[in-house]
Amino acid sequence: MASALINVPARAKRGEIIEIKTLISHVMETGFRRTQVGAVIPRNIIRRFVCTYNGTEVFSADLHPAISANPFFVFSTVATESGTLAFTWTGDNGFSVTESATITVE
Amino acid sequence: MRPLIGLVGVFVLAAAAIAGEISPSERKSGYDFMARETRAMQDDDTANPGMLWVLEGTTLWTRATGAAGRACADCHGDARASMKGVAARYPAFDAAKGRPVNLEQRINACRVDRQQASPLAYESRELLALSAFVARQSRGMPIAATIDDRTRPFLEAGGATYERRQGQLNLACSQCHDTNWGRQLAGNVIPQAHPTGYPLYRLEWQSLGSLQRRLRGCLTGIRAEPYEYGAPELVDLELYLMWRARGMPMDAPAVRP
Repeated sequence: MASALINVPARAKRGEIIEIKTLISHVMETGFRRTQVGAVIPRNIIRRFVCTYNGTEVFSADLHPAISANPFFVFSTVATESGTLAFTWTGDNGFSVTESATITVE
Repeated sequence: MRPLIGLVGVFVLAAAAIAGEISPSERKSGYDFMARETRAMQDDDTANPGMLWVLEGTTLWTRATGAAGRACADCHGDARASMKGVAARYPAFDAAKGRPVNLEQRINACRVDRQQASPLAYESRELLALSAFVARQSRGMPIAATIDDRTRPFLEAGGATYERRQGQLNLACSQCHDTNWGRQLAGNVIPQAHPTGYPLYRLEWQSLGSLQRRLRGCLTGIRAEPYEYGAPELVDLELYLMWRARGMPMDAPAVRP
């Protein structure tokens, strides 16, 4: 399924600070909860989020069990050149989602 | 313990004196009781987690499924036009069933009859996605469930359920939501129970959920045995709540604490 919502301004002026928002669908199961019969529900979380701007890392985050389901990130970067912003979420059970957005810098 | 019981007794008597329907000028959506931050989350489509389900619903809408190999879009076309205002009218009378059905039941009836596919489970990701997608098309439109000779008996049954004391706590819906709205129940403000934004993303659930999930949660809260998903009693109650919220704008998929 399409599991991530990304909001990047389509165009920006050179040197402008742009705000980027990402929302991804994920259960973020902590690994601390138990079922009704006492069995531990295994941890299933996103462990890392990375945003690259034309190949250069501009933002990254390590995620931990206390972070809620469907993690939402808002961060900013400086619009330097036209190109692609790539977003990668990786986590437990081989979870890996990559999305991208393009920006035109004038 | 005794003085406390006495106090509760006085309180219930006082409450009974002012019981009754909330006047239209005093009606408030759950949105109006929320913190500023939660409102901001709902208002921004890129921050509202409910939009993840709407996005999935957009995909499901055009995907052919079932033995008939048809997609929702093959009959209904562009949902932005064909589904506009539809969720605001549900639960609606279904001639085949002879009673009102809610939006989820309508979607499943379409799946079984038209697409010849298996019905989706209540609260399954796909059913929530489709109902969120359809409900999204009614955002901002006034709630307008049709009340006529066919639906009136079910509306009355729903109203009776709303007013009936239930469970070990012996509470009726109306005792919280008509008489004591705006007051605190532990750390939370009691809302008026207007279902304007379902299916909605509840922060407590960490997920989207239907109105029936909410109603079942309330029933468990008053220590009553909740009706099964899709039970006629719950649909009647949904109809009553939609009638009670008539004219209020839809804000699905909403965010609630």
